[in-house]
Amino acid sequence: MKIRRVGAAGLLIECDDADRVEDWRAELWRRREIGELQAVEIVPGARTILLDGVAPGTEEQLPQWEPAPGEIQSEGPLVRIRTVFDGEDLEPVAEFWGVTTDEAIQRLVDTPLNVAFSGFAPGFAYLRGLPDAWAVPRLAVPRPRVPAGAVALAGGYAGIYPTASPGGWRLVGHTDQNLFDVRREQPALLTPGTRVRLVAA
Amino acid sequence: MITVLRAGPLTTVQDLGRPGYAHLGVPRSGALDEPALRLANRFVGNPDDAAALETTLLGCALRFAEAALVAVTGAVAQVDVNGRPVERPHGHQLFEVPAGGVVDIRRASRGVRSYLAVAGGIAVEPVLGSRSTDTLSGLGPARLTDGATLPVGVPTGAAPLIGEPARIGAESVLGIRLGPRDDWFAAHRLFGSAYQISPLSNRVGARLAGNALTRTNVGELPSEGVVLGAVQVPADGQPIIFLADHPTTGGYPVIGVVDDVAPLAQARPGTTVRFRELD
Repeated sequence: MKIRRVGAAGLLIECDDADRVEDWRAELWRRREIGELQAVEIVPGARTILLDGVAPGTEEQLPQWEPAPGEIQSEGPLVRIRTVFDGEDLEPVAEFWGVTTDEAIQRLVDTPLNVAFSGFAPGFAYLRGLPDAWAVPRLAVPRPRVPAGAVALAGGYAGIYPTASPGGWRLVGHTDQNLFDVRREQPALLTPGTRVRLVAA
Repeated sequence: MITVLRAGPLTTVQDLGRPGYAHLGVPRSGALDEPALRLANRFVGNPDDAAALETTLLGCALRFAEAALVAVTGAVAQVDVNGRPVERPHGHQLFEVPAGGVVDIRRASRGVRSYLAVAGGIAVEPVLGSRSTDTLSGLGPARLTDGATLPVGVPTGAAPLIGEPARIGAESVLGIRLGPRDDWFAAHRLFGSAYQISPLSNRVGARLAGNALTRTNVGELPSEGVVLGAVQVPADGQPIIFLADHPTTGGYPVIGVVDDVAPLAQARPGTTVRFRELD
């Protein structure tokens, strides 16, 4: 573990892999919940976790809080995403994988996913769980408009567009579920740590 | 109620933003020149976190249906009430607007963003605890348009406080703390030369033009969380300093974090910016 300073009141914890990021996220959220940690933001990334707005002395405290690998069995909530697999890029994705489109769909519904982190837009979750060998490149030229609810792949991640926006991810399907609604008590359907399954609608 | 007569190029409702949701991808947003917002609110007896209007360079014009106590801070700009310039006894504008009165914030002579606070605050519906317009994600109220109306809240009746407005300089020296990714660069190059504010700057970030920062590490950075004031360096080596509407995660390395972004809210394109290392 390495801790880097970020401005006057931020710290960045570097982790060996995404599993450790999730361990740290769960541990830091728990510590904040019980009042041991003061932080305005706890933001997981792909290999890091950022704390912003922390109290003085937090940097010295953190190493003592390092969770042992696998110590935290965080079973986040499970969200099933009803997906129609009709994406424009489903065929090219199947070609990348060297399988038929039916087999590609089967892979997507068979793979347990987890929210690693969020970004790009409110409620946009980077879902991990697909094997590295299935990573697909982004489009060379992003689409000017990807509709809300589009289920897509890029790099080793899956993601679902909460709102219509430009985007370079490969579209494999769509869902009618609302990914982000400010009127809900929990505005984002998919928060870091949430377990996700794509189910054929 | 306020009716917008002239919205100007970009006038938005802003308060102290919505920090605490970055893990969901929600930008913090809020006033770019936070001290100017707080000052305007204090002048009219509002709490610091009341919502006000943030204008951009060319101001805006508003009709007030009811009499109101109003303050304008931030950029140096003439303010007219019913066509007559307001006097500025304290180097800022605090004035009464009669019922039906028209306030016109004119083109800024120095700085970029003016803040208009009205006693009681702008009472649009909050979104995730804030009334700020987030120009990146679209959260919060729409930017002002001609003919739009805005509700005004109930004044607290608190005594107005008088404070000193910040001076807007022709040149900015920004204090910066290096890291978290200064080891990806020959970071000392940041201090050797001056940068200019690019006209492409907006509420998301102040874009700088000058000496390109070359990478000593050519790897690709996995996305990680970023903070207000982060100096991100994309592939072309021209730094971007993240302002209130910045994205919550980024894939370009951050060479350092600027301590105080308020001067950047008032820095016009072409303004010279230098860096000074802190700590």
